[in-house]
Amino acid sequence: MSLTRQDVEKIAHLARLSITEQEMPVYVSSLSSIVNFVDELSRADTSGVQPMAHPLEGQTARMRADEVSQSDHHDEYQRNAPAVAAGLYVVPRVIE
Amino acid sequence: MLHNLFIGELAERLVKRQISSVELTRHFLSRIERLNPALNAFITLTAERALEDAAAADARLGKGEKGPLLGIPLIHKDIFCTSGVKTSCGSRMLDNFVAPYDATVVARLKGAGTVMLGKSNMDEFAMGSSNETSYYGPVRNPWDISKVPGGSSGGSAAATAARLAPVATGTDTGGSIRQPAALTGVTGLKPTYGRVSRYGMIAFASSLDQAGVFARCAGDAAAVLQAMAGFDPRDSTSVDVPVPDYSKALGAPLKGLKIGLLREFFDGLEPRNAALIEEALNIYTGLGAETREVSLPRLPLSVPTYYVVAPAECSSNLSRFDGVRFGYRCKDPKDLLDLYKRSRGEGFGAEVKRRIMTGTYVLSAGYFDAYYLKAQKARRMITDDFRAAFEKVDLVIGPTTPTPAFDIGAKMNDPVLMYLNDIYTIGANLAGLPGVSVPCGFVDGLPMGLQLIGPHFAEAKLLNAAHQYQQATDWHKHAPRGYE
Repeated sequence: MSLTRQDVEKIAHLARLSITEQEMPVYVSSLSSIVNFVDELSRADTSGVQPMAHPLEGQTARMRADEVSQSDHHDEYQRNAPAVAAGLYVVPRVIE
Repeated sequence: MLHNLFIGELAERLVKRQISSVELTRHFLSRIERLNPALNAFITLTAERALEDAAAADARLGKGEKGPLLGIPLIHKDIFCTSGVKTSCGSRMLDNFVAPYDATVVARLKGAGTVMLGKSNMDEFAMGSSNETSYYGPVRNPWDISKVPGGSSGGSAAATAARLAPVATGTDTGGSIRQPAALTGVTGLKPTYGRVSRYGMIAFASSLDQAGVFARCAGDAAAVLQAMAGFDPRDSTSVDVPVPDYSKALGAPLKGLKIGLLREFFDGLEPRNAALIEEALNIYTGLGAETREVSLPRLPLSVPTYYVVAPAECSSNLSRFDGVRFGYRCKDPKDLLDLYKRSRGEGFGAEVKRRIMTGTYVLSAGYFDAYYLKAQKARRMITDDFRAAFEKVDLVIGPTTPTPAFDIGAKMNDPVLMYLNDIYTIGANLAGLPGVSVPCGFVDGLPMGLQLIGPHFAEAKLLNAAHQYQQATDWHKHAPRGYE
């Protein structure tokens, strides 16, 4: 099966990726070949098989004591932010 | 020369004060300065800090402290967060990112007294099998600089092979330690999923990613794994299973060890590659091991399964890079959507975008069952095949890669061809199994790897099998010309 330009535009939008005009034909063809390749799976008989999400399935999520374990690293972490003001992250106006 | 010694030998000289860690560190730093420009194995060099760490190690040694890694230089793959040091993951997205904390792997190895020389080059976000997707340019293979070193941990592999450090860390999601280890002629260990903490290791595919080690022999890999392994409450999939003494396990004779030859790995194998594996099997029979054929009939599904599961997890993990909290932000975004799309579009390279889109597609409405759920079922069938094989044998054996290192640029325009490089390594990741690649000879003057895979938590047995092979052969002692 082959993906169309519209398919790729839709996927790129869902993934929040801008794709340039130059890149577009490359993605249409390479994503089509990847989808064709993984389509091999459709021939496998998986009836009655439970999906596996994780290699160590016996493990369950651990509980920990409800104690403070983290200190405040606000300033340190914001040093990596592209734009901050008054301790807040700055983004373009969302609500007019 | 110092750079040809194994860490056991280096540690002995350090403890006896025949050499200081500062001297050893300077030796490797000067090799890096001289030899790395041709290889591009590093993203960041941390020379000053290395000399401080080395001086601290010397002070500890001076007080009579001993340790297998105390004062030993190493390199960390640039996927591990290192406090106060740029951690780029090979991406423009994180070109300006300075990690605010150490990954558990980094902290543990620092605690053991290692000296960090720098951060190694890698495929962007560990997505690649050739190290050509790095924002910082390809790494070159020291055996032939027109060839790739493999990927994604190509910088760590090339640097270990070129003797720019005795050992290096790496990560393996679909073969990213074992494949570059094979293509550069070094020993590469991928532990069991959950054996080593993933805390502070930038996530690609969380159900597959595992940290491991590059070394020039299995004994060195054992010493490094010893320091890395163990339970970490900060990684929810870290396993609370006791860590055995890996170095102590290296003496066990192989008499009676049952080794399974993976029939699927030998089907269509290039004859010269097959001959090297046959030769390795003869060594093992000579050491008293029993070999028999085993079949994993569903293993051929592993590459398509992986290229659904890994991109799906990657598309989810990489959604955190939004141009808001850290990482690259585009210039003059006109609104929030434009900020997201252009920051990600400009910050990620071509292969990362391709995988994010593949993942988005297989998880999208209407395709989830046909691709993602189907792949998760295939994953269980492959895992069941391994489980059945390990009821009959202790370890399975085969080649690490289908071919030796290929030319830079040869596979960049055909992602599926590139993906097929991982055909022998991916199965272990899907099932969460430990695997090791050891050098087993040469094809066209380029090194080839022998791969051993074991059941969950069989690292000691694997390392011992690799060690016994290296006692009987000297493939792991060959150095690329110009790096001896």
